[in-house]
Amino acid sequence: MTKRIFTCALLILAMSSCAFGAPFKLGGTAPLTGGAAIYGTAARNGAAIAVEEINAKGGDIQFELRYEDDTHDAEKAVNAYNALKDWGMQLSLGSVTSKPCEATAAENFSDRIFALTPSASSAAVTEGKDNVFQMCFVDPNQGTASAQYIGEKGFAKKVAVIWKNDDVYSKGVYDTFIEAAPKYGLNIVSDTTFADGNDTDFSVQLTDAKDKGAELVFLPMYYQPASLILAQAQAMGYAPKWFGIDGMDGILTMEGFDKSLAEGVMLLTPFNADAKDELTVKFVAKYKEKHGEIPNQFAADGYDCVYAYYQALTQAKANADMSAEELCTKMIEQFTTMTFNGVTGENVKWSANGEVTKDPKGMVIKNGAYVGLD
Amino acid sequence: MTMKRLINLKRTEARRIFITYSAVVIAYVIFQVMSSSGFLSSSMRGMLVPICAYMVMAVSLNLVVGISGELSLGHAGFMSIGAFSGVASAILMQSTITNAPVRLALAMIVGAIFAAIAGFLIGIPVLRLKGDYLAIVTLAFGEIIKSILNNFYFGVDAQGLHFSMLTDTTRLLKGGRLIIRGPMGISGIMKIATFPMGFILVMISLMVVFNLVNSRSGRAFMAIRDDRIAAESIGLDITKYKMMAFVTSAALAGAAGALFAMNYSTIVANKFDFNTSILILVFVVLGGQGNMLGSIIAAAALTVLPEKLRGFSDYRMLLYAIILIVTMLGTNNAEIREFFTKLNPFRRKEEA
Repeated sequence: MTKRIFTCALLILAMSSCAFGAPFKLGGTAPLTGGAAIYGTAARNGAAIAVEEINAKGGDIQFELRYEDDTHDAEKAVNAYNALKDWGMQLSLGSVTSKPCEATAAENFSDRIFALTPSASSAAVTEGKDNVFQMCFVDPNQGTASAQYIGEKGFAKKVAVIWKNDDVYSKGVYDTFIEAAPKYGLNIVSDTTFADGNDTDFSVQLTDAKDKGAELVFLPMYYQPASLILAQAQAMGYAPKWFGIDGMDGILTMEGFDKSLAEGVMLLTPFNADAKDELTVKFVAKYKEKHGEIPNQFAADGYDCVYAYYQALTQAKANADMSAEELCTKMIEQFTTMTFNGVTGENVKWSANGEVTKDPKGMVIKNGAYVGLD
Repeated sequence: MTMKRLINLKRTEARRIFITYSAVVIAYVIFQVMSSSGFLSSSMRGMLVPICAYMVMAVSLNLVVGISGELSLGHAGFMSIGAFSGVASAILMQSTITNAPVRLALAMIVGAIFAAIAGFLIGIPVLRLKGDYLAIVTLAFGEIIKSILNNFYFGVDAQGLHFSMLTDTTRLLKGGRLIIRGPMGISGIMKIATFPMGFILVMISLMVVFNLVNSRSGRAFMAIRDDRIAAESIGLDITKYKMMAFVTSAALAGAAGALFAMNYSTIVANKFDFNTSILILVFVVLGGQGNMLGSIIAAAALTVLPEKLRGFSDYRMLLYAIILIVTMLGTNNAEIREFFTKLNPFRRKEEA
């Protein structure tokens, strides 16, 4: 018995001697319940995997991750942010969705807590804030990139757009898509909208696109309405090419969705779960093992955020005893100068206003899985 | 409330009003001291202003639901009108009025005026209805306001103000600023809402509501609520009195909306949807119809509760619902109520 206690004590001693200093407190808000929960949980799971991997390495830099639910609402997001602040958050992962992140980014700015958001893509998130950075494309870039991709690959000339006119994300992409379309030889033949509350019947929009002979329908929206659009188009015998953006990611893991409907849908997203590079293969395998599904772009963004922090903290020789404000200055220095390689892109760089530069990847859904287009 | 009037009131009523005012003042002093001495967590400090805004919402809706007896399901609509017009006016005044509290006060007044106008216009058709019909139509108007704001663009440049609907056709000159951007709402709001201003607004709305309720008009509201036909037979102008309650309530909601919006850097119309209207109705029902102190306590408790339940992570909204159901059952149970009245130290002997 005494021997056992002795070994126990030794073990504890050994563990504490190789304990790696206090962990950095990393906090983020995300919709973990409600309609946008699929994004929040994915980003959180992705970040959690990265934290686990980094902590297992046992280096000087250790993380403690905490996510709070914001139900995709700006008011709740600020509450969640304050709860994290009470917990002692040193580095922030912002919020997962755009509007909540605009609200928390303003808090980040006034509290001088550095933020790197995985997926809040509206331009207002980083505007005028020197310490808020994005891992994902900013919305306007997605619209331009989509128009360019469709035009240059020659997918279609006559294009229809269906967008959600009460949604920041959809509107942001739509505006720049429409602006860029003529430049790449695209002719917008049908331009129809929907809003919260009338997002279940798309017959009017689809009939309009069909009658005007659109060969491709651009869907700048989240996957839920998109899934209904695909189902209703099939029911009316309309089979154009479909093109979505990163919000479409997640459609395959949606409960009760018939995957065959999404066959051939193209989308532009920075992350390709099918890629063969070592980083992606490792991440996808681990995510599948833990959560039983293929990670979407949000998970990949969350994963990359933590690794980007890891790289920046290592380079800045930061330690967890530093205050949030000290870390903030160091992180601004690092993020504006460093180049990061992650699962959502190589040679990722940030501009001083917090926007990211990386190449989008075209993807197509084949046999119920995402496959790279190129 | 003048002293003379207070004395003329029935003593129970006067006491109730006095308790309400003093409860609000005491709570304010406690939280203000705790906040400035750093004893309050960031989480609580962040909720002080929204709690004030929700209190005003609850008190103003109580005027319609509890005192004049009409079920309104579109109260968040007035809040959003106040929020958008208030914030827009605050942005326009930014360069001319540099004093933040003054700008906030003016913005709340603008919000109240716009919401009152909307309340008047909506009141014309709505107040001809009664009961369930009125409830459904207010619900519809709440949704209409939300849709309009989602499609409304408003900007300012050197040539003046520009409006457009559906799509942004304002074509602002260089250096202009698009303030309301349809579905994107308003971004980059200067956060000038403060707890003291919130407290002042709560006190003002209480004064307005108590004075109105205990005036001749207030008695008319209740007469109409209790028996419409009898009230009409003695010559009370039903539509006029209902309109008075409805517009006052809308104006207070507008001021609350402006206060609420200026506590965040961004605001969207979708925030003020049907769910928000119902939430405010829950404050009123839980606090007791016609009971202003109850509304105030319910608004504060139900705003803080979901935050305090964060420890339960995914189960917190389930717990919130269960607590709500238990409280509703508890407060409506005669035995439990009696138990609490016995505990009340202010209870006078002869009432027992």
